[in-house]
Amino acid sequence: MAQYAVLIYVQDSAHAPDATPEDTESCDQHSDELVDGGSMVMAYALTPRDMATSISGDAITDGPFVDSKEIVAGFYVIEAPDLDAALEIARFNPVVREGGGVEIRPVHSSYVRGDKQAAE
Amino acid sequence: MTDLAAVEAAITDAHRSDWAGMLAATARVARDLDLAEECVQEAYASAMKSWVDAGIPDKPAAWLTTAAKRRAIDAIRHDRALRSRLPLLVEPEEVLEEATMQELSHGFAEDPSEAVPDDRLRLIFTCCHPALAQEAQVALTLRLVCGVPAPDIARAFLVSETTMAARITRAKKKISTARIPYRVPRPAELPDRLRAVLAVIHLLFTAGHTAPSGASLVRPELVDRAIHLARMLGQLMPDEVEVRGLLALLLATDARRATRVDVDGRLLRLKDQDRSQWDWAALAEADDITLSCLRAGPPGRYVLQAAIASLYARAPSYEQTDWPQIVTLYDKLLDVWPSPVVAINRVVPLAMVTGPETALAELEKLERDGRLSGYQYLPAIKADLLTRLGRTRQATAAYEQALALAANEAERAFLTEQIAKGCAGDD
Repeated sequence: MAQYAVLIYVQDSAHAPDATPEDTESCDQHSDELVDGGSMVMAYALTPRDMATSISGDAITDGPFVDSKEIVAGFYVIEAPDLDAALEIARFNPVVREGGGVEIRPVHSSYVRGDKQAAE
Repeated sequence: MTDLAAVEAAITDAHRSDWAGMLAATARVARDLDLAEECVQEAYASAMKSWVDAGIPDKPAAWLTTAAKRRAIDAIRHDRALRSRLPLLVEPEEVLEEATMQELSHGFAEDPSEAVPDDRLRLIFTCCHPALAQEAQVALTLRLVCGVPAPDIARAFLVSETTMAARITRAKKKISTARIPYRVPRPAELPDRLRAVLAVIHLLFTAGHTAPSGASLVRPELVDRAIHLARMLGQLMPDEVEVRGLLALLLATDARRATRVDVDGRLLRLKDQDRSQWDWAALAEADDITLSCLRAGPPGRYVLQAAIASLYARAPSYEQTDWPQIVTLYDKLLDVWPSPVVAINRVVPLAMVTGPETALAELEKLERDGRLSGYQYLPAIKADLLTRLGRTRQATAAYEQALALAANEAERAFLTEQIAKGCAGDD
């Protein structure tokens, strides 16, 4: 098995500080499915672009690092035997059908506090 | 001692016809494309010496495959640590274990071409995986499936050897790191994945048929590779109609190779080509395949393109071409493949049916669409229609537009000549 990070690209994150459960329903539901299916390793939903602060050199700026239509709204790590299997899981992310998309990247290594066995 | 020339010929022959099967079978054992490539190359080198001493074996391909696989197994056993640090090719474990164990215990004298045709399919589908950029798919297919050395691929696509080597290395690295599986796609994925493979073969052919740039119009080595690949795929997947359609399309198009330029290398249009010089055997084969494909059910993109190419070729002369039928086929093609390029090519036979005026109106509509502003054949076709309408000045302007977009020398010379004619007529 290998681990793949799935980066979610959309115009903006649904997970605003004051988001209601309805706002984030489709994301949460999909996440629950992956957890139940056993492929989810970890998942992070990020707050909207307005909450982002970027640093480059000495400059600190308001907003996402890359100035583009889409931002990374969240990411999660799944476990799959090969790329085809990972793609098969990732393509069912609801954002893929809602004008956004996902990027799949093999994980090289990871660290999560409290996780003694960091993945290779 | 066997005659050196005979050994060399046998090796060249085995390289041409069996490289893909050999590499594919070795990759399954080696589970590393680089190692597999190395082992196959070493097998060829050892054949040179061994066949001179002991004679050419009855089944050269089987001999070579066995030698390559042995080397792979030895390498895995003895210097695993020295090998690349990249992860191994992914394939279903049980299949691998079974195959390797069987080979280790019973030896492996089977003929690669009949025993495991699937291996070549695995290789082809891995090289043309959609997670790889198309230029990488093309390069990998030439390198791994056809066995073309990287410097030759670089020359064919007019990039430096370093660039091409880097492109191939990067693609191989992605296959192993991202774990692109070494297998034939499942039935549900197959239609999409097969389209990618056919697109790669078609692109190879197109790049050879009208070289994107450079002095000569045709790069025969790319054309021949593409036809070879289409044939191989047709044998491996005999039930896939579009595969046979692609083969027919390539054969029918390439049959005109000898007549597309004159003795001075100048471009000749279809209506000026000497039909008696076409490869009639290839055209007959293309025709047979196309007809059998058309009988097999609703035709796809390649079958329809083959039907169009066949129909063009079957006419005794340009004037006697069945233009209305060609327009009908283009309409069907647009239904299954709504591409603006197809819509533009349809204008040519349309002009023969309805006259240049209607065709020009149609073309101008497509021009306003804007998607094909960099497509050189749009202004070239437009120029031809304007010439026929006697609007020479506008035709010359359109030829100039086409010239600005053309990079192939033979095409540039043709366009320059048309511009000169137009200017002369003006005076």
